[in-house]
Amino acid sequence: MTPVSSKLHTDDVSLLMVSIDTNPFFWNSMKSALPFSRFLSHVLAFLNSILLLNQLNQVVVIATGYNSCGYIFDSSTSQIQDQRAENLLQKLEEFVEKDEAQCREDSVDGPGFSLLSGSLSMALCYIQRVFRSGPLHPQPRILCLHGSPDGPGQYVAVMNSIFSAQRSMVPIDSCVIGAQHSAFLQQASYITGGVYLKPQLLDGLFQYLLTVFATDLYSRGFLQLPRPAGVDFRASCFCHKNTIDMGYICSVCLSIFCKHQKKCTTCGSVFGEAQVQDSSTTAERKRKAP
Amino acid sequence: MAEPSIHIENEGIIIHLCHKFTKEGSSKQALLNLTQDQGENYIFEFDSFSDRDACREYVATAIAHHSEAGRLVNEKSNVPVSNEQLSRAETERRIKLLQENSELQALHKQLVFGGILTDDEFWATRKKLLDHSDSRKPKQRLALKNEMWSVKPLSDGQSNRVTFNLTPEIIHQIFAEKPAVRQAYLNFVPNKMTEKEFWTKYSRAEYLHSTKNVVAAAAEAAEDEELAVFLKQDDMLANEARRKIRQVDPTVDMKADEGDDYTHLPDHGLLGDETKDVLESQYKPYRRSFAQDLNQHASVVLQGRLVDELGDTRSVAEALARTKQAELSDEISNRNLEKELSDKICRMAEIEDLQGPRDTAVAPLSIKDPRDYFDSQHANALKALGDAGTGTKPLKSSVSSSKAYGSLRDLVSEIRGTGLSDPIMSHDVALKVLSGLTQNISSTRFHLGINPNESVLNRLPKVTKEELLHHWTSIQELLKHFWSSYPITTKYLYTKVTRLKDAMSQVYPKLQEIKESVQSDFRHQVSLLVHPMLQALDAAFAHYEADAQRRSSKSGERPNGFT
Repeated sequence: MTPVSSKLHTDDVSLLMVSIDTNPFFWNSMKSALPFSRFLSHVLAFLNSILLLNQLNQVVVIATGYNSCGYIFDSSTSQIQDQRAENLLQKLEEFVEKDEAQCREDSVDGPGFSLLSGSLSMALCYIQRVFRSGPLHPQPRILCLHGSPDGPGQYVAVMNSIFSAQRSMVPIDSCVIGAQHSAFLQQASYITGGVYLKPQLLDGLFQYLLTVFATDLYSRGFLQLPRPAGVDFRASCFCHKNTIDMGYICSVCLSIFCKHQKKCTTCGSVFGEAQVQDSSTTAERKRKAP
Repeated sequence: MAEPSIHIENEGIIIHLCHKFTKEGSSKQALLNLTQDQGENYIFEFDSFSDRDACREYVATAIAHHSEAGRLVNEKSNVPVSNEQLSRAETERRIKLLQENSELQALHKQLVFGGILTDDEFWATRKKLLDHSDSRKPKQRLALKNEMWSVKPLSDGQSNRVTFNLTPEIIHQIFAEKPAVRQAYLNFVPNKMTEKEFWTKYSRAEYLHSTKNVVAAAAEAAEDEELAVFLKQDDMLANEARRKIRQVDPTVDMKADEGDDYTHLPDHGLLGDETKDVLESQYKPYRRSFAQDLNQHASVVLQGRLVDELGDTRSVAEALARTKQAELSDEISNRNLEKELSDKICRMAEIEDLQGPRDTAVAPLSIKDPRDYFDSQHANALKALGDAGTGTKPLKSSVSSSKAYGSLRDLVSEIRGTGLSDPIMSHDVALKVLSGLTQNISSTRFHLGINPNESVLNRLPKVTKEELLHHWTSIQELLKHFWSSYPITTKYLYTKVTRLKDAMSQVYPKLQEIKESVQSDFRHQVSLLVHPMLQALDAAFAHYEADAQRRSSKSGERPNGFT
């Protein structure tokens, strides 16, 4: 890349990591609402707009497949302007083929789960490399365009990436195009300070993307962006997996139980006796004393 | 039975009143005498003293209100001092409170002058406020002054007289710093000499010291026994110092180096005091060292004031003597101190290398397979997500993977072929999206609760806010009196309740007015604010009606009725 003078680096230079959900089973179920081709057209127009906003903006697109993730577009690599979309789509095709080759199941029930944790990790790695490239770097943020439901097996990995994004001060924006809200992405946006949005009109996805997600980090200081009404932070007890509001917590490992237990099942620490008998003994003692 | 309420509405008649009354408990009648400054008298006779007192209170505050344009309260009434002094102070306190607290004043004006509550009732619930405003004595205790030479004599240049000024403050300080003088005072006065003589001798001793003429001091001491007491060293001081030294913790680590070594220098490094040890030892007791005086003075000042009041000199001396005695006896009885001290020395002086090994209680480390934990989390998350599913259940139909991937690839190649459409989407959809988003962002529910300092009240115009707050306080006051009058046992309470009820029913239209005056997007918030007020009023009304019904059904039994 040609060296850029620092004068051109204004506050609103951004590096946008877009993570696209390419889970075929999910898109199969979305055929009627928003076909993948239309979705791609919205996204491509959006990417062009981002690159138009500022000369120094960078965009990186990561495809989140069913079995793997991969980088399919990087605006910082030198390429001809006209052929941006062409390159992206070609890489996407190759990625889908590779993903299919890795598929071990013959059939899948329902929409299946996409590898959100994988794409978040890849995005964060790229961002780390950008951080180390020098003092002048664009401000990174991550945009997740997902629709597949949350995979419970990825809970810990997703939480880890969320916390490392929080640590590096990289906001994670989420645009959920599926049928239901995603608890993972709600928490991700809440913890890292990003925007979470579930668009009502999927036909107007491009408008949503431009209005809400094209704002750079500097402008977010004085722009008001939509906020979700609440975040789903519900806790479940470890013994019965029920959602509970009040319960017992082990003071060593913080595991949650709904009933009083003698021993913690996670870390093995033994809990003490409950202090119930004290009141009766003190009352007796009081009676004895004159 | 006359109701003790005089409405001073017509300001033209009564401008400036004084009131006199007969004392309670006397065999006379309960009279209240109101005099105008033009000289006309109005005498009111009451059946009972309590009524008269109520009336008197009311009149006093009414007078105060009319003269509240800066005039002093004290000027007006010729109240006889003895019995009624309390009530006069009370009235003053009330007036002062009202003047300070404008909210209270507004409330008072509305309720008492509107005839809804009497003055007594209003103040009955505010006793605490009155008590607080009364005790305005400064809670701080003055410390001792830090001047050492406060007994500086004024010497007249012409005559040979030197004048000392001794104020009680100075005497207190002298007694605190010099226990020997205090002891001497207790012993000599009034047996051997009068106070004046005592202080004269003391002043003479001070003068001699200030001249630094040790020989003269010794000479005078030889003549006058009592004077000698003042000139010699203070044994009591020495004992005190020795006691204090014994209490110092020997394990205190103070680093000292040669630069701090002042003990080997003459005069402990202090400049001045050039007199060498030329004089004989007989003069030694008459010498005073500046360092000692300074230290003693400093320790006394830092210790603070032991005796609060500066009464009679003798009492001050005795009080100080008593406190010192108490301290002494405390220490003597504190046997534990020595043992503690010796324990501490042992602990501090330990040399770590020479200690034996101490085995700390260590719990054995148990490391479990972390996968167990994560597996439980999987099931956990799965269950949670299963709950979070919306009404539309995901399609349970299984799709073959090849089909799915195939369709995906087809779609990609389709768009590769067709390219981006122009326009990307229709403009009315875009407009709908945009307006939906703006509505979402601008709705007030997102502004509340974000900033803890901001509340709905602060965003309303100032007038509305003050009105609302005023209504809130007056409703609370009315309800307080209302509920305290139940159960109704006397006629007085009954009339009070009716009065309160009428006042409360007038509040409703006023609140409605406020709601309508506000902008439309705040109306909801205002009605939320007003809701609890209305609820409380409704509850009060419901109770009133139930009670009235009960009583009317009961009054059928009594012939007289209980109106």
